Amino acid sequence: MSTAAVKVTTPTDCEILITRTFNAPRDLVWKTLSNPELLKRWLFGPPGWTMTSCDEDQRPGGSFRWAWQGPDGAEMAMSGVYREVVPPERVVRTERFEFGCGPQSGEQVATLVLVEQNDKTILTLNIIYPSKEARDGALQSGMDRGLEAGYERLEQILAEEQGK
Amino acid sequence: MQLANSEQLNATFIALADPTRRAILARLATGDASVMELAEPFAMSQPAISKHLKVLERAGLVSRGRDAQRRPCRLDAKPLEEATKWLETYRQNWEASFQRLDDLLEEMKATTAKKSKRIPK
Repeated sequence: MSTAAVKVTTPTDCEILITRTFNAPRDLVWKTLSNPELLKRWLFGPPGWTMTSCDEDQRPGGSFRWAWQGPDGAEMAMSGVYREVVPPERVVRTERFEFGCGPQSGEQVATLVLVEQNDKTILTLNIIYPSKEARDGALQSGMDRGLEAGYERLEQILAEEQGK
Repeated sequence: MQLANSEQLNATFIALADPTRRAILARLATGDASVMELAEPFAMSQPAISKHLKVLERAGLVSRGRDAQRRPCRLDAKPLEEATKWLETYRQNWEASFQRLDDLLEEMKATTAKKSKRIPK
């Protein structure tokens, strides 16, 4: 059975909205999003990266930290605090990125909702950024989780611009 | 006008957020046009069209010719390509992860089905 590909839209200048349908019941999808061992099996990050650690305290006020490793030992992590956790339908949390030893980026608010419909699950992930610049930066980063590939492209574009 | 890269992306998205501006870009994709020619299909005055053109110019999507009489408008597709490229790469990266999730879910469903077929004690 094939599934339609993910849709990504920008409803306002500070938001990204990600929508995807899965051929599975909601409680299974919920598990893959909240069980660290399962998360590591699919949320790799951009091409060439893998998830290396996943610390989860999934309850209101609990914190989490997910880390990835990329080519040439590059490292990246995302951490934050849960605001709402309503299994199997809703998670709201803050998210902040760290890149290698660099300073942390600003904080964004992510809302994940799962809706079950005829044995399928519709996932919507809405991410609200503190500014248009932060949102655009996330889009440029390639997956909002991998600055590596994004910085390379940015360098290419800037080099092209300078060469004009 | 050279904008910093994320400003450029933002300006492009703002430019594209309006259906009239998208229609103007579609028309210019088929060839240069004067403001008068662009205004024709819309129930809109030339000054109103000019306002839209200013937004498109700021985003670097449209450039105006120097011909004093006509000042034709021309489509500059590069910023559009950049913005589309970023969004598409972002989307593709998510899709790659979600396809792995599809496989994992199939595996989990199969495991659940097997378990339910075991003879109960």
